[in-house]
Amino acid sequence: MMQHLVLGPILVPLLTGAILLLLERRHEVRVLRIGAWIGLALLLAVSAALLALASSGDITVYLLGDWPSRLGIVLMLDRLSALMVLTTTLLAIPALMYACAGWDKRALHFHALFQIQLMGLNGAFLTGDVFNLFVFFEVMLIASYGLLLSGARGERISAGMHYVVFNIAASTLFLIALGLVYGMFGTLNMAELAVRIREVAPEDVALARAACGLLLVVFCAKAALLPMYLWLPETYARAPAAVAALFTIMTKVGLYAVLRTGTLLFGEGAGAFEGFARDTLLVFGLVTMVLGGLGVVGALRLRIGAAYLVLLSSGTLFVSFALAQPGTIAAGLYYLPHSCFAAAAMFLIAHVVQRERGSAGDRVLTIAPPIPRVTGLLYLIAAISVVGLPPLSGFIGKVLLLAATPPEDTGWVYAAVLGSGLLALVGLSRTGTRLFWRTGEQDDRGGEPDAPAPAPAETPKVRGLEIAAIFVLLGYGLAMTVGAAPILRYATAAAAQLLSADDYVREVRATMPQRREP
Amino acid sequence: MEFAIASGVGVLVAGGVYLLLRARTFDVILGLTLLSYATNLLIFSSGRAVVGKPPVLREGLQPTLAHYADPLPQALVLTAIVIAFAMTAVTVVVAMRNHADLHSDHVDGHEPGPPGATHGGDPQA
Repeated sequence: MMQHLVLGPILVPLLTGAILLLLERRHEVRVLRIGAWIGLALLLAVSAALLALASSGDITVYLLGDWPSRLGIVLMLDRLSALMVLTTTLLAIPALMYACAGWDKRALHFHALFQIQLMGLNGAFLTGDVFNLFVFFEVMLIASYGLLLSGARGERISAGMHYVVFNIAASTLFLIALGLVYGMFGTLNMAELAVRIREVAPEDVALARAACGLLLVVFCAKAALLPMYLWLPETYARAPAAVAALFTIMTKVGLYAVLRTGTLLFGEGAGAFEGFARDTLLVFGLVTMVLGGLGVVGALRLRIGAAYLVLLSSGTLFVSFALAQPGTIAAGLYYLPHSCFAAAAMFLIAHVVQRERGSAGDRVLTIAPPIPRVTGLLYLIAAISVVGLPPLSGFIGKVLLLAATPPEDTGWVYAAVLGSGLLALVGLSRTGTRLFWRTGEQDDRGGEPDAPAPAPAETPKVRGLEIAAIFVLLGYGLAMTVGAAPILRYATAAAAQLLSADDYVREVRATMPQRREP
Repeated sequence: MEFAIASGVGVLVAGGVYLLLRARTFDVILGLTLLSYATNLLIFSSGRAVVGKPPVLREGLQPTLAHYADPLPQALVLTAIVIAFAMTAVTVVVAMRNHADLHSDHVDGHEPGPPGATHGGDPQA
């Protein structure tokens, strides 16, 4: 029974989503919400059990359909996957809370799509097969198109169009890379690939490099690395708040894939491929980070600023994974959940602010009547956390990264991490002072002083559940600060596990079918 | 035969990329479709081009790739075709909605102004 648990994070949301889709027609939204919460509670239990299973240091390999790993598809659970699955589930809880405050009534099929999105995310984190990774990427993306576009009009459809086309083009590139990889190596199992990539003939190295490079380009596109980030700010800023909060982990899927291939395929002993593209990723990561910081400073709307914060955290994670030291990977793994939670909190706060300011929305330059103090307080905590000021979790993550940076790289990494942090700090303080302190009647509309009478009646009321969702997200950050030692121990162990690629190969090859003749 | 398949893939990719970079949603969708055809052909040929060999086991033939076509790329390409088809449907729906809402089939949702005209940072302000 225990070994089938690995399937849980995929099957539970799949079944929940399917049942919710069936219930949707007959029942009112209350029933759907109960169903969604039951599914999420189950998922939380499974994820926690998997984390406990993985923390022992074993790599669990699950043979789907009991086919041996050279023929069939495998799922692979290690410390990293368990951490990612748990992060997804924890992030989904406040996102669903926020949506249950009202958005789920307006968006068609919201609950079913939400669960399918979780299934795609979890599947991508658990699979040990590159083609299966593609399939779960697609599941995740298809659900995200639905979540982004249902109930959408006008500008959001236009942003959605860019997002859809960009991602389909990236997926096509993914398939091309997979075709080349299979043609060259004759396998798509990640552990087998790790073995065969070491034995690649010298005359094939160039073609293999092209295939692996394409694969990395796709992952970087999903993770919004520098030249391929243009889709991100507009899409995230136009997505419904609850969906944007969940989307913060979607860029992390690309990062996860980069880390997984970087350690497993291009790790130590990979011959011609050792450290493949690592320097390039480092440079682009550093520039992405600075660009994210500049974006936060230049953002005219709070939500655009929040989207650039996602970009900033992506850049930071690229740097920490590309440095490929045990310490930097561990720091990255600590920083990753933190950055998801903090950026998600920022999106939710931006939505609350947007509605509380009425027609001024979340535009920074427009002056609006004052808004409740509690929103300002939440913004303050989220900003401190996301920028990386002491004492919250962002600070710990960045200090760990800086401390683990090898001496020959300190110059650029220190400059970029600290500089982008400073830029983000400047941007967020400016936004905060303009949104929360520079209040007054709306009078900056140029030549027509209060011509359109403000209509406070139309502003929807912010519900307690929404504030509670933000509290949960910030609570995670606080918990990560208080429990930094055990989390960091886990992250360090996960990094050590990732860096010994041979264990994966041995484990995958040693797992034999139980009923079938091998 | 390799040459025919390779040049077929090349021509499809060239056409697909050209159409993808155009500014009308219809062209973009056609471009994506062509690209996905090219990809399917490429994956299909990654199992090596062989003629007259079945991908399923038969009595009396050694089960090695010398006697059979590699069945895995065929399974992969089936998955890829299904996903690409669904994706085309999604893009068509989004493009139609885009057109209905914004009255333009430009990919940006509005026609670009004459050169020199400035767009506001936020068109809905």
